[in-house]
Amino acid sequence: MAAKPRVKIPKSVAAGEVITIKTLVSHKMESGQRKDSDGNTIPRDIINRFEAKFNGEMVFSVDIDPAVSANPYIEFTTKVDEAGTFTLTWTDDAGEVIEYSQEVVLAG
Amino acid sequence: MNSPMIHGRRRLLGVSAGVAVAAFFGTLPRAFASVEDVDKAIAEFAGTGSVVEGGPLTLTTPEIAENGNSVPVSFSVDSPMSADDYIESVMIIATDNPSPDVATFHFTPASGVARASTRMRLAKTQDVLALARSSTGKLYRVGNNVKVTIGGCGG
Repeated sequence: MAAKPRVKIPKSVAAGEVITIKTLVSHKMESGQRKDSDGNTIPRDIINRFEAKFNGEMVFSVDIDPAVSANPYIEFTTKVDEAGTFTLTWTDDAGEVIEYSQEVVLAG
Repeated sequence: MNSPMIHGRRRLLGVSAGVAVAAFFGTLPRAFASVEDVDKAIAEFAGTGSVVEGGPLTLTTPEIAENGNSVPVSFSVDSPMSADDYIESVMIIATDNPSPDVATFHFTPASGVARASTRMRLAKTQDVLALARSSTGKLYRVGNNVKVTIGGCGG
């Protein structure tokens, strides 16, 4: 579907801190608006959903429409109260899922 | 009285001919979202609740987008983000794109702050709306006009 996502999550966090997570995934996000040189509409093919879970619980999600730019960039925040694992997933129109996980430890 | 009307009719004929030619070559101008499409998107998000202008919601977009294919958009909603009172969803609408929906962001108290950023495609100069809904049923709305020189919907 797309290339490996690039994700920035702080590795060490103070308990209760609100951290910013930046994500970028390569995907052409074909909107379904473009026509090829013969005048045929190029079919839609996009990532339509992003989810961020922490220790299995949903924190944040996005329903993505074709107006989101190619190589979708999504930045959001999470309040981290305990150590654990972030699991981020991107799902495309064909139902394929890209998953990215990262551990976070508590500082001090 | 007569001259402007005649000119108007000639101009209309000219435009119709242009559209016919464009249709023949298969390049009909792309349809853009109607007011009804935008109202429908807003109604689906807001339901029957009344929407307050501004309030704790801020929307950040450039005044002029250098490239309509990738326009940064971010928003923030001031909220306790507690279990009893947090922002559930924020929807971004491009009122003059072929389809108005851009993205809908869903938050939980674990979000800490109801804010997010992404990049969107804007087909042309238009108003971009953000709508926010809280878990207590409050609704907010902000609109920014974004000028676009090079449209970004695959043209």
